[in-house]
Amino acid sequence: MEIVSVKNLTKKFKDFTAVDGITFDVQEGEIFGLLGPNGAGKTTTIRMLITLIPPFSGGATVAGSDILKDRDRVRENIGIVFQDPALDRQLTGRENLDFHARMYNMPREKRLQKITEVLELADLTEKADELVENYSGGMQRRLEIARGLMHAPKVLFLDEPTLGLDVQTRRKIWDYIQKLNRDQGTTILITTHYMDEADYLCGRVGIMNRGKIVALDTPRNLKNLIGADVVTLEMENGDPGPFGKLDYVKKTVAHGNLVNLSVENGERKIPLLMEFAQSQGVKIKSVELHKPSLEDVFLQYTGTTIKEVNTDSEERSRIGMNIRRGR
Amino acid sequence: MKAISFQAIYVLWLREMKRTWRAKSRVIGSLVMPLFFLVFMGAGFRKATLPGMPAGVNYMTFLIPGIVGMTLLFGSMFGGLQVLWDKEFGFLKEIMVTPVTRLSIVLGRMAGGSTSALIQGFMILILSTFLGFRIPGITGLLVCVAFMLLITFTFIGLGLAFASKMKDMHGFQLVMNFVVFPIFFLSGALFPIQELPGFIKPLIYIDPLTYGIDGMRGALMGSSAFPVWLDFAVLSSICIVIVSIGSILFETTEVGQ
Repeated sequence: MEIVSVKNLTKKFKDFTAVDGITFDVQEGEIFGLLGPNGAGKTTTIRMLITLIPPFSGGATVAGSDILKDRDRVRENIGIVFQDPALDRQLTGRENLDFHARMYNMPREKRLQKITEVLELADLTEKADELVENYSGGMQRRLEIARGLMHAPKVLFLDEPTLGLDVQTRRKIWDYIQKLNRDQGTTILITTHYMDEADYLCGRVGIMNRGKIVALDTPRNLKNLIGADVVTLEMENGDPGPFGKLDYVKKTVAHGNLVNLSVENGERKIPLLMEFAQSQGVKIKSVELHKPSLEDVFLQYTGTTIKEVNTDSEERSRIGMNIRRGR
Repeated sequence: MKAISFQAIYVLWLREMKRTWRAKSRVIGSLVMPLFFLVFMGAGFRKATLPGMPAGVNYMTFLIPGIVGMTLLFGSMFGGLQVLWDKEFGFLKEIMVTPVTRLSIVLGRMAGGSTSALIQGFMILILSTFLGFRIPGITGLLVCVAFMLLITFTFIGLGLAFASKMKDMHGFQLVMNFVVFPIFFLSGALFPIQELPGFIKPLIYIDPLTYGIDGMRGALMGSSAFPVWLDFAVLSSICIVIVSIGSILFETTEVGQ
């Protein structure tokens, strides 16, 4: 059953279309990812779904309630972890959680129990009574995620949850997200521009670029769309011709002394290819196996890599910031 | 969905109290300017009798309700404009996605802001007793408190209205210079309003603080420019209008990126 249903959702800021008529569903209990570079419209999409900004046209339902007509019902059923901090730094961690619990009208006993529980989960029990302004970035992030879970939302929105965190903390947060999804059955909608994050966590991924969803499927299917693995052989001598005649090689592209062979299950084909090369008297200097990643999928659909787009938009926003400061 | 959540109002109030307590030095600091006005102007004009001042009242006594009004004005506007800080630090988003009606959020902020402002107002009132000020009795004090409450609600509402329309903190100083200071100077906090030239009178009559301070003078000194009931009626009406405008604008405020 779909728990989030988005139809032709569009958002315009003056003459700029941030989200351009996207349509997708999220199934109950799944981890769904929106993957794309900065400025692709992921955050704007989330902001519409959590009722912070109204759509320009189109609409959506979250947990059965319309994001425009029934905003309060939507708010009751969702949790959100924002991309940038949304904590009161003048309060302690515990006080931030207490504030949240009371805003969600939790009775006293449940409130105390939940606060203890999520502090434990976020590994912040010892720091609970310190002011948030003394927390490290990772601690603040964990506190925010913990807070998003307190009221046991049906759908949890995570906007770039591991942005700017170190590898260890990211791992921990990933495990935490998976645990939550598994144990509580919370549906999770996550945005990210990290390929590995989407690949690792998400049941299904929508690839977003310039306000549109350009592809949507399981990470595995998306990667299969790109095609097979590529084995690159560096040859010392000989002719790549014979490789193309092998029945398990789908495609051969030679450039210089390199030859790219498209094969299924590349790791199993490498020994066969070695034997074949020997029998042909071809000497191989090196072998490389490349498995398609979501990066390749993104490249395929947009003609650019996420990194390139991000660098561009970072440049742009830096220029924008300078202009703003100049005023 | 209940229209008003008392739990939410309480926790918003509690948060404001904690923040105020943790920023004690700022609160004390904000009392310094009103005290300077009170002590220096009060001492300077000690012997002066201005046209319009009730007979037998010295300038210091006349000034005290004005300075209490000033303290409430600044404290309340600051309280309303706190929304800008919450926007800046992202906490407003956390508040706005909770299933609490906007009305409860506005009420919670009013409760917190007015408590802080009232504490400041009372501190001035208490300090002024050392300057020879006599509190007239329980009835007068209660009427005075009613006016103090109305003043804080009005200006928290006004601060909220401005904060809802502003994107960031850049406009803060502008509001202070072009809204708060004129409201203060035109309110008759420092001088009697009866004998002022005609061109300035309309401005004084549309200034809500005029009625607040006049009402407090009526309550504390027993003499005022307008009847106290009229002050009360006008200020309550303005208060309701401004708080409604503030709430409506807050409802539609854009929560920053």
